[in-house]
Amino acid sequence: MNFQAVKAIYTFEMARTFRTIMQSIISPVVSTSLYFVVFGAAIGSRIETIDGVEYGAFIVPGLIMMSLLTLSISNASFGIYFPKFTGTIYEILSAPISYGEILLAFVGAAATKSIMIGLVILATAAFFVDLQIQHPFVMMLFLVLISVSFSLFGFIIGIWADGFEKLQIIPLLIVMPLAFLGGTFYSLDMLPPVWQTISLANPVVYLVSGFRWSFIGTSDVNVWVSLGMTLVFLAVCLAITAWIFRTGYRLKT
Amino acid sequence: MQPALSIRNLSKTYASGFTALKGVDLEVQPGEIFALLGPNGAGKTTLIGIVCGLVNASGGAVSVHGDDIVTDYRKTRSIIGLVPQEVSLDAFESVWATISYSRGLFGKSKNPAHIEKILRTLSLWDKKDEKVINLSGGMKRRVMIAKALAHEPKLLFLDEPTAGVDVELRRDMWAMVRELRATGVTIILTTHYIEEAEEMADRVGVISKGEVILVEDKVALMRRFGKKRLELELVEPLAALPASFEGRGLELADDGRRLVYLYDTQAERPGITSLLADLAAENIRFRDLETRQSSLEDIFVDLVRDRT
Repeated sequence: MNFQAVKAIYTFEMARTFRTIMQSIISPVVSTSLYFVVFGAAIGSRIETIDGVEYGAFIVPGLIMMSLLTLSISNASFGIYFPKFTGTIYEILSAPISYGEILLAFVGAAATKSIMIGLVILATAAFFVDLQIQHPFVMMLFLVLISVSFSLFGFIIGIWADGFEKLQIIPLLIVMPLAFLGGTFYSLDMLPPVWQTISLANPVVYLVSGFRWSFIGTSDVNVWVSLGMTLVFLAVCLAITAWIFRTGYRLKT
Repeated sequence: MQPALSIRNLSKTYASGFTALKGVDLEVQPGEIFALLGPNGAGKTTLIGIVCGLVNASGGAVSVHGDDIVTDYRKTRSIIGLVPQEVSLDAFESVWATISYSRGLFGKSKNPAHIEKILRTLSLWDKKDEKVINLSGGMKRRVMIAKALAHEPKLLFLDEPTAGVDVELRRDMWAMVRELRATGVTIILTTHYIEEAEEMADRVGVISKGEVILVEDKVALMRRFGKKRLELELVEPLAALPASFEGRGLELADDGRRLVYLYDTQAERPGITSLLADLAAENIRFRDLETRQSSLEDIFVDLVRDRT
């Protein structure tokens, strides 16, 4: 294994994160804080408890999840798209590095950044609400698995995209609506039965539900089902990246 | 000794149906400077792309110092350096950082002394902390070369290295290429500037429409195809050539003030002695004469034109 190369790409990507610290770290923290202020403190104070939990604390896992999904995708897609756009990808493709190593470096860096931000948002949340984490290990497991899966998904988008517009389409038009409708701000029990059933087709429901279980100990969907769905998503993304690398799709002519 | 680069029956057809390479065979020996000449779209960049891993070949095999570029890609790529035609750099990185990154990417541990040496050789040392975006075009090209040299390659590809660079950089680059060769590095360069090949190459390959149509030692090539041109500056301008000179390949130029004679250096009788004697007999006097060997460019143009 070419450790030096993985380290070089990983370090480069992380350095990019810190170079753009305002955009990478501070802005998600600020926007999440705004959600806490608006939904948690202002509106939440007028909402009764859900599953015995204050509304402000109830939305914490969903808000973290929403940031994790969007940031993992944007970090990883930008990370691989930008060298394609500037042409510097030639150096990576001509280096003695396997596709697996390229993936490890790019996805590893994007996931690291997402996990960091997830934890920062968690710490931020502690300022606004009385936070409890009943299953911290499960919480970390979901945090890592979801960051990795969606960074992989972002990597795929970055390879597929042939313009900046395409980088934005999937996060904005698919992921964001699914995240909003995935139980970030509500429990599925609060929906009419038809919508409860329809919601089960939304993959984000399983992620939010599982993650929330690790915090408050109750969930809309069984935690094992959530974990299973996360692993299925991870496996699908891995299979697609394997195909990309085997065919050289949008990387090699 | 294993050739530095061995290409066997290499072909490439793109998805669009365009065939860029048609069964190319080529061998380059270690320590050689090999110039690959060819018009635009001849297949030079595709050939380099395949060897370096940027393009998938449609058929054939390539080995670098005896190792296959597909099955032993880690070995081969770690000793290949590539300076592509286009300048592509991370604009917001410092010169030092981007070159160190390249070294790491090719699997080498840090070696600040080596990077310093490259930067000094390429007159980039005082720019080492500068962000790439602030550099001039010529400096960026130097950074591209520095990146390719960061991992101490044994086989270096320079794809049109001096396209659009100033004279100073071109000279520096030629000096650097010679220095690298002295340390045993094999250099393959593609160029439009024939003078570059003429100046530096040991051997020349000409590629046209995806086929290598000629590979030859540069000196031998120039000798084989080379013609010489004799120009006489006349004392009195001539209105027309005397009848006795008809059919001897002579031309009048410069309003009759110059007489031009094109002859083959390899011919048994180039005809210079008899020409000068006949001129004296006709009382045509000249005040100066010069001879000039045809350049590689003339040879190249002739070769490619003959094929089309």
